[in-house]
Amino acid sequence: MKRYFRELSVTAALGIVLLGLAVFAPAFFQPQPLLSLVTREAPTLIVACGMALVIICRQIDISVGSQFSVCSVCAGLLAVRGWPLPLVLGASVGLGALMGAINGWLVAGLRLPSIVVTLATMVTLRQGLNLVRQGEFVNLPDNVQWLGLSQSAGQWTLVLSSLAVLVVIALAMRHWSAGRQVYAVGTNAEAARLAGIPPQRVTFLVFVFLGALTGLAAIMNIAQSPQVQPLSGAGLELKVIAAVVVGGVAIAGGRGNLWGAFAGLLLLACVSPALTHLHIEAYWEKAIQGAIILLAVVADGVRQRRAGK
Amino acid sequence: MNPPATASLLTLRRIAKNFGGVRALRGVDFDLAPGEVHALLGENGAGKSTLIKVATGAHMPDDGEITVAGQTLRGLTPTLAQQLGIACIYQQPALFPDLTVAENIGLRLEHGGATRRIDWPARRARAKDLLARVGATIDPETEVNELSMPEQQLVEIACAVGAGARIVIMDEPTASLTQREQARLFTVVRELRTAGVGVVYISHRLEEIFALADRVTVLRDGASVGTHDVRTMDEAGLIKLMVGREVAQLYPPAESPPGAVVLSLQNVCCAASGVRGVTLELRAGEVFGLAGLVGAGRTELARVLFGLTPANTGEIKLNGRAVAIQSPQQAIELGIAYVPEDRRRHGVILEMPIAQNMTMAVHRRIFPRTWLRDGAEQALALDYVRDLAVKCSGADAPGGSLSGGNQQKVSLARWLATKPRVLILDEPTQGVDVGAKSEIHKIIRRLAKDGLAVLMISSDLPEVLGMSDRIGVMRGGALAAVLPGGSDAHTVMTAALGQETGKGAA
Repeated sequence: MKRYFRELSVTAALGIVLLGLAVFAPAFFQPQPLLSLVTREAPTLIVACGMALVIICRQIDISVGSQFSVCSVCAGLLAVRGWPLPLVLGASVGLGALMGAINGWLVAGLRLPSIVVTLATMVTLRQGLNLVRQGEFVNLPDNVQWLGLSQSAGQWTLVLSSLAVLVVIALAMRHWSAGRQVYAVGTNAEAARLAGIPPQRVTFLVFVFLGALTGLAAIMNIAQSPQVQPLSGAGLELKVIAAVVVGGVAIAGGRGNLWGAFAGLLLLACVSPALTHLHIEAYWEKAIQGAIILLAVVADGVRQRRAGK
Repeated sequence: MNPPATASLLTLRRIAKNFGGVRALRGVDFDLAPGEVHALLGENGAGKSTLIKVATGAHMPDDGEITVAGQTLRGLTPTLAQQLGIACIYQQPALFPDLTVAENIGLRLEHGGATRRIDWPARRARAKDLLARVGATIDPETEVNELSMPEQQLVEIACAVGAGARIVIMDEPTASLTQREQARLFTVVRELRTAGVGVVYISHRLEEIFALADRVTVLRDGASVGTHDVRTMDEAGLIKLMVGREVAQLYPPAESPPGAVVLSLQNVCCAASGVRGVTLELRAGEVFGLAGLVGAGRTELARVLFGLTPANTGEIKLNGRAVAIQSPQQAIELGIAYVPEDRRRHGVILEMPIAQNMTMAVHRRIFPRTWLRDGAEQALALDYVRDLAVKCSGADAPGGSLSGGNQQKVSLARWLATKPRVLILDEPTQGVDVGAKSEIHKIIRRLAKDGLAVLMISSDLPEVLGMSDRIGVMRGGALAAVLPGGSDAHTVMTAALGQETGKGAA
């Protein structure tokens, strides 16, 4: 119980928000708008899963937003050229994995600090994309939107597949050797090395994995609209990192799990629609999200100081 | 240079210091006169470093009295020690590597607020003057990271001189010096002595003590076994003082004769970690104790065998087959296990549950192709908890909740789970209480009886003597001697210090 205190308290907070909405703004729970809301968050959830792994491994990747934009635009262009959807999906995932591999190689291979490496790749990728595309939109062929299904079938597909990804990764983190290795490296890389776990390889692979998931998320995003915006991933990194941290994944590595990150994401995602339904000005959204993040970090700090005593 | 009758510079009386249950110092007396070099001698863990830290204010003694220049002090802090003219030069100089020599000296010696203007020419001039006084030809504008270790030591000494230190403590200053650098350092020390400074000199090299010191105090098990005029002592006498102790504790006896050779090393070298030409055979069922001073290359040899710093030359054979051990994963597959020295940093992952700690090195075996059932892991962990008598609230308890001895057992269990043929133990009972220590000894003996080849690195001389079927002694990265089990402490210490028995060379 004590071990999962953070995950449970975030879930409780989410429950309180939902309960409040049920009482004061029952319209929030109308099926169709709610499904739309959840669908919009599905790609974010996928990226958050990958980010959780990277942070558990005591690294960070702030270039996911740019990776996301690059994957989206490239996938869109390939779809325009008439590539079948499964191939576009594969290409997007592969491209994401490649960008993740570049980050991973710089961090694990050259032992550079991940915050600096991914700051550099974030800017490089974003500006490179700007330069090549000049802010142009990509108009997608019809077979991309909602994956060629009806809107509601498409929405359900996206939501359920993102949940499936979450469940598989969350279980793998606990029941697969690979998951254990990520925790071990994030907690104490030298001890992991002495136990025969190669820390550099694990670090490299979490970056590749995050990149691949970002590529997947990009497809799930472009499937939701008729056009690809030039910088669809701008700000994604902050959203994702905030969700993961609010969900109790320690920025210092080694602690937290995917369920917490999931709850954190939902909590932050509820803020905006809740404000709309409660007729509060939308300006408050970022301020409230910021306050939630601050609260989570302060709670961590307080708990750590107590544990230290 | 007899201890002068004048007031002593530094007097320590009945100094006692405990760390948890360990009595690091138990009533040590020590005094230092102006213009003398007073050597401090003792085995690993005899209490030298603790005594130094008490004298520099880094540790507050639990009991005893510190008198500096006739003034008895209540509480000595590092700042106060500095003001009283006590300076310490450590083996690893504590300078700022990215600042210049002049800046480093300025930081130590200049005082004033954050807004004071720095007088650069004066700072440089003072640095130049101080360096000249200690006989160093170093440009004050050099960045410290460009200096060699001995040059950095000279900068430290220059700081001490500049601070007007009356008491200079040197902790194994020659450990990394060449012959010539050593000679220069000796000259500086002698000049300090002539200037009336008292020098506390710590070294394992007996010949240095005879060349330099006026008096010598020998520590053993946290107590002083006497202060002597160096001229009245010889090497054999000093070694006897250092080790002269009864093996009081009972060790489990060897129960079966050693079997076939499991691991053999032929002239194994590793340039990166300084292991030089080690030739050694390790048999199934034997405990091979590895003794030597700290830094003699014992842990380095273990790291070579475990693939952490692979050997460059020489041959390693496992069960008669030549192997190249390039990584820990490979070592594990070959059946080599390494229980590292610092269990809190490198052994047990404190935040992880015991069960996960124990299965960390055997993922390949216990994780099936599908999901791992918690049950399988728990069962394996509980087996070892029972087998090694780990005292814990359950296999889910975090590693950090255990006592030192029990953490060590968890670390050991992780490696036993790999079903090794060669088990390397690095300081298996360091910082473990007496009861757990004897339990670990029994486990080690039982593992050997079951056919494991055990390589046990230990700085605890009685432990090496009591547990080993054979004893290897390392010195300067090489295996200096292999002695039969039951050798006496004097023989082992003599080999570790590099003296031939009975030969009184200096």
